[in-house]
Amino acid sequence: MRYIEPHAHMVSRTTDDYQAMLTAGCAAVCEPAFWAGFDRGTPEAFYNYFLQLTEYEPARAAKFGLPHYTWLCINPKEAEDPILAREVISFIPDFIDKPNVLGIGEIGLNKNSRNELKVLEWHIELAAELDQLILVHTPHLEDKLKGTKLILDALKAHPKIKPDRVIIDHVEEHTVDIVLDRGFWAGMTLYPESKCTPARAIDILENYGTEKIWMNSACDWGISVPLAVPRTALEAKARGYNRRWIDKVIFQNPVNFMKQCKKFKKPDA
Amino acid sequence: MSKSNAKKKSTSSMTRKQILDMYFMDARCKLIDIAAFLDRVERSEGRDDFRIKSFRKAIDEVIGNKKNKARRVLLSLSDPTSKPIAKAPGKGACGAWPGKS
Repeated sequence: MRYIEPHAHMVSRTTDDYQAMLTAGCAAVCEPAFWAGFDRGTPEAFYNYFLQLTEYEPARAAKFGLPHYTWLCINPKEAEDPILAREVISFIPDFIDKPNVLGIGEIGLNKNSRNELKVLEWHIELAAELDQLILVHTPHLEDKLKGTKLILDALKAHPKIKPDRVIIDHVEEHTVDIVLDRGFWAGMTLYPESKCTPARAIDILENYGTEKIWMNSACDWGISVPLAVPRTALEAKARGYNRRWIDKVIFQNPVNFMKQCKKFKKPDA
Repeated sequence: MSKSNAKKKSTSSMTRKQILDMYFMDARCKLIDIAAFLDRVERSEGRDDFRIKSFRKAIDEVIGNKKNKARRVLLSLSDPTSKPIAKAPGKGACGAWPGKS
């Protein structure tokens, strides 16, 4: 089995996780900027985080022979402070040409507030201006449906944003159709308590097909499973899906989305 | 329920018997966990809050022959409003909509 982990927060994980992922067939890992469980609070802290994502973490992954890519932004959980957000967004262009940066992400909404929406629009404008791919975080639990609709409206409102170049992550049964209907890519996150279980992720694929959709672990500092993608592949195999079907979902689809950024190299796996 | 262009004819690689063989015990376990959770809530002191009220309402979506039960449960627990709120009250979500936005 080969797979790509298109959404993992490896700065929160151990080197043992890298080894386990490689052992399970991981061929590349992609790390969106996110909330660390506490507020970074200052532009300087974000600057250092971007250095970690673009210099230190790819070097750590390279020790295991694993390509590491990243996405940059100020995450929605810290977007309630527009002054901080404006300053952080101002130096993202300084990092955008780093060899492992695929685009802007994970941007989006958390509690669907006006300031979060304003900061999302700034990020969308930046992505359009720099011609970058976008990776979107949709809100949690009761906020997901409303937030997903607000995000899709904001993206559609920008004349330069092409849905083919945007992935809307963390979809579930009540949001996957509105994402795919409007031409965007969809990501399913495999979490033990919230978001999708392996069984539900395969149900979604059975109901909505395998085009423009991927799955990820989004493993981070919370309760999460770095091997969620290969475990879900094993469940798909137990349901009778063949190697080609599984490979499309966990390898080819992430490649097809991310190769829209010329810096992404299809792994030789 | 809104119509969706993305919605395709559902497929399954397994027969009903195979699905039951694979998932029945797991679903049975989760069902008993839910029943035990409700027992635990009901024998505790205090009043119901919006979460348990939403939970009971969501259970109604599971009963009967309605299709797309998972989607219905998720919708019933979701904020149905459409406008951004003035200010984020915090960072977390609790899993049910308190009924004001």
